[in-house]
Amino acid sequence: MSAPVVIVGTGLAGYNLAREFRKLDSETPLLLITADDGRSYSKPMLSTGFAKNKDADGLSMAEPGAMAEQLKAEIRTHTRINGIDPGHKQLWIGEEAVPYRDLILALGAKVIRVPVAGDADDAIFSINDLEDYARFRTAAAGKQRVLVLGAGLIGCEFANDLILGGYQVELVAPCEHVMPGLLHPAAAAVQAGLEGLGARFHLGPVLASLQRNGDALHAHLSDGTLIECDLVLSAVGLRPRIELAAAAGLAVNRGVEVDRHLRTSHANIFALGDCAEVDGINLLYVMPLMNCARTLAQTLAGNPTAVTYGPMPVTVKTPACPLVVSAPPRGLDGHWRVEGTGPDIKALCHDSSGALLGYALTGTAVQEKMALNKLLPALLA
Amino acid sequence: MKKWQCVVCGLIYDESQGWPDDGIAAGTAWQDVPEDWLCPDCGVGKMDFEMIEIG
Repeated sequence: MSAPVVIVGTGLAGYNLAREFRKLDSETPLLLITADDGRSYSKPMLSTGFAKNKDADGLSMAEPGAMAEQLKAEIRTHTRINGIDPGHKQLWIGEEAVPYRDLILALGAKVIRVPVAGDADDAIFSINDLEDYARFRTAAAGKQRVLVLGAGLIGCEFANDLILGGYQVELVAPCEHVMPGLLHPAAAAVQAGLEGLGARFHLGPVLASLQRNGDALHAHLSDGTLIECDLVLSAVGLRPRIELAAAAGLAVNRGVEVDRHLRTSHANIFALGDCAEVDGINLLYVMPLMNCARTLAQTLAGNPTAVTYGPMPVTVKTPACPLVVSAPPRGLDGHWRVEGTGPDIKALCHDSSGALLGYALTGTAVQEKMALNKLLPALLA
Repeated sequence: MKKWQCVVCGLIYDESQGWPDDGIAAGTAWQDVPEDWLCPDCGVGKMDFEMIEIG
């Protein structure tokens, strides 16, 4: 039997690549390997589960057995790769050598953890996959007060979702306004929207220490503020998983470096999704991932296809004040112009010739996104 | 009137409801939804929806 196409990872990148590949090739053996339980779920939905009152089982879309049947694939769950031997086209699971025809890394990104002093490190959670979500929900049951570390996209989404789920939420982040990198008037609109729901922001300080105090936690901030809470959710950022690739001698930078064909520095090894840096761009969003899954499926099926990125607007799920952002492509400088007031901000970035490069829309202004998307430049033409 | 489901996140587009938040009127058939409409929940494009048979 010929060596299988092997996909490492069963998140959105791994499963969607497998689905696209099977549309083109129903015969080649396909093996998916995951360190998780292999359930199919949509990662963006992890920050909407409390508002929808869905537990981890409710967010799961399919069991691994059903996925294996649907994809005509073997799926090995709770399985970690120990190493890759590119020269012999095989990888190692413990002592077992697994040969591959092509190997695809769909490893995702891992959460950044900031060390915190005190005796309650185990009360700090993060939510990066369905199993994390299940653990957090279990811990949050019967509790009321959540301290969120980080006020970026994910921190704000979780804050909004937790409030809609009935929790009291405070956020702490060492930045001047929410979502550093986002234009101030748009960020202020989102922050005001969340404050209107009851969120309390502590912007500037960091969490210095976390101490147990009876059933509660005492969070001491670096500016001297004391916050009493029941549990802590850390959402300070993500970093592409590159260790496995680096150890195998593949080129890595921020992510696993791949070309427009999603090929790493080794001919039979590819990468996509959050772990991949495609022609110098590492985007941790679903739309580029789906784009890559479709093109890589073509390449793996014998029809080499280069990936192109159109505009990649990002919708931030903060119903308190909806936000859509399309950042200007790298290397392009423009001038921002802001219209609107209060929750409804329309910020547009134009170059010197008047061409639209990017935007940030909040509140009712998000309705203009479809018209504006037509005017945006491609990220990877 | 049919329903369509996003394969990424499970969001359902119901033709009888349309998607008024994005200016898509109730009763808009899937084929008439603009090609550049994006899933409101997860941001993927129209080609990632698959039809659900109902009734």
